[in-house]
Amino acid sequence: MNDLLPAYERPVLVRHARGAMNKFSRAASMQPATELDGVPYDRLLEAYGSPLFAFSERTLVQTYRQLEDAFATRWPRVRIAWSYKTNYLDGICRLLHQQGAWAEVVSGFEYDKAVRNGVPESRIHFNGPAKSEADLDKAFRGDAIVHLDHFDELALAERVARRLGVRPGVALRLNLATDGVPAWTRFGFNLESGEALSAVRRLIAGDVLQLVGLHCHIGTFIPEVGPYQQAARKLALFANLLRADHGITVDFLDLGGGFASHNTLKAQYLPGTEASPTFARYAEAIVDGLEALDVDPLERPTLVLETGRALVDDAGHLVTTVVANKRLPDGRRALVLDAGVNSLFTAFWYKHDVVPTAPVHGIPEPTILYGPLCMNIDCMRDTLQFPPMSPGEHLVFHHVGAYNVTQWMQFITYRPAVCLVGQDGQHALLRRRETLDDVAGCEELPAWIG
Amino acid sequence: MDDRQQLRDLALNDKGFVFDPLTGATFSTNPTGLQILRFLQEGADRSAILAGLQARFDVRGDDLTRDLDEFVSTLRRQGLVGQDFGL
Ligand SMILES: Cc1ncc(COP(=O)(O)O)c(C=O)c1O
Repeated sequence: MNDLLPAYERPVLVRHARGAMNKFSRAASMQPATELDGVPYDRLLEAYGSPLFAFSERTLVQTYRQLEDAFATRWPRVRIAWSYKTNYLDGICRLLHQQGAWAEVVSGFEYDKAVRNGVPESRIHFNGPAKSEADLDKAFRGDAIVHLDHFDELALAERVARRLGVRPGVALRLNLATDGVPAWTRFGFNLESGEALSAVRRLIAGDVLQLVGLHCHIGTFIPEVGPYQQAARKLALFANLLRADHGITVDFLDLGGGFASHNTLKAQYLPGTEASPTFARYAEAIVDGLEALDVDPLERPTLVLETGRALVDDAGHLVTTVVANKRLPDGRRALVLDAGVNSLFTAFWYKHDVVPTAPVHGIPEPTILYGPLCMNIDCMRDTLQFPPMSPGEHLVFHHVGAYNVTQWMQFITYRPAVCLVGQDGQHALLRRRETLDDVAGCEELPAWIG
Repeated sequence: MDDRQQLRDLALNDKGFVFDPLTGATFSTNPTGLQILRFLQEGADRSAILAGLQARFDVRGDDLTRDLDEFVSTLRRQGLVGQDFGL
């Protein structure tokens, strides 16, 4: 060692190619991310190991307030129902419930998790195409709001309600056409074909369920506001028709989720930080559509939102460690990381924003980021211009708070720990790293194997 | 063309800009890569380059041999030396 000499760096030579900047995006300007809300990533790694999901309480709470403000300043009654499947870690859910969020669940498991988190059952919206009789039984006893998805469920719900001797309030999930977004016709009753109206008639004839809400969820990561304006208008017109023809006034109109977070889809050219509409723009579009309601402004139904990814994505980060450098035959550099697509499921959809956790030196070159799995699909990030990194150094993937800590799988490696950085610099685990006992604990050995 | 001659013809500046007059291609290299190119232009062999890097840089636990081999294969791939060039 000789501190008087310049530090040795692995030699690199990068050809200047026209268009390379555009092709691999974000060349020269890469800024490291050294800390999360004042806590160095290195300290979090020391405390909880690598790889590590780290959530920012500050970002989560701020994002919630921005969403709520955007809508509550434009509509008299607004309810945010937290979409559990997006991230059902108890700590995250409770932070959102503390802000006032209700729960939106799509299975008996998620329902139980919401109850465990202290959500009164009457504040649970219960969606999903496959609720069991036991699920409906539980929901009706608890006075939760069941969103009916299809005729078989409607019939089952009536049987359960009759058996219990209750007249529960339910909502209908509708699917409808909007310009530019392929309709998710597999969920709910179709509006344009008249199926939704048949469901209403059927419900009235059954005389046991009460229609209290209309719901649609037109898709996910919709980076345009026009489809929301159209969906809101269609729900409003349908609500008008229910009032005029059937004397039914619904309590709420639920526009579902689907707002884009600040991620960038693989096919997207502009980065999501620039392309995704603000909450205010979504709110303007929805409220504009709801103006079609012909009710007294004071009697307007509650506007329900089931925003998932746009609420939590930006609060989550994945910190990972470089295991190795490789040079591929085509000249590209490859990094092998200690976190793979088994942890970062969203790597299949997004060009994740990823940067080193320490100041960068050296010449960026086209680099592909691979995970640790012995599987060809394990690519964490398609080629981007990236500075030289050595084994043991760290990278952080941003905007990973939605769907990863629920859709991750235990495959080949353990699922990593998840921590939370609090608003005043304290930090703690939300979920510890898995152990062999966690994984193998559910296994049984047939007696004859022994 | 002779590999060493092609290397000598490369125009280098102190910041690591590299120009190959044979093809018109331009490159960026870092201080270590620049030093290796200079050694090659002077006709240094493998052991002289390795020793020269040790003398000029603060080397800690790095694998110079592997790095040099990888750099030379980059030179081959970029056409700055012929396919048969080796150290
Ligand atoms: C019924 C329902 N509501 C809300 C959401 C949350 O959607 P997003 O994360 O796109 O906001 C989903 C997710 O697919 C959903 O199915």
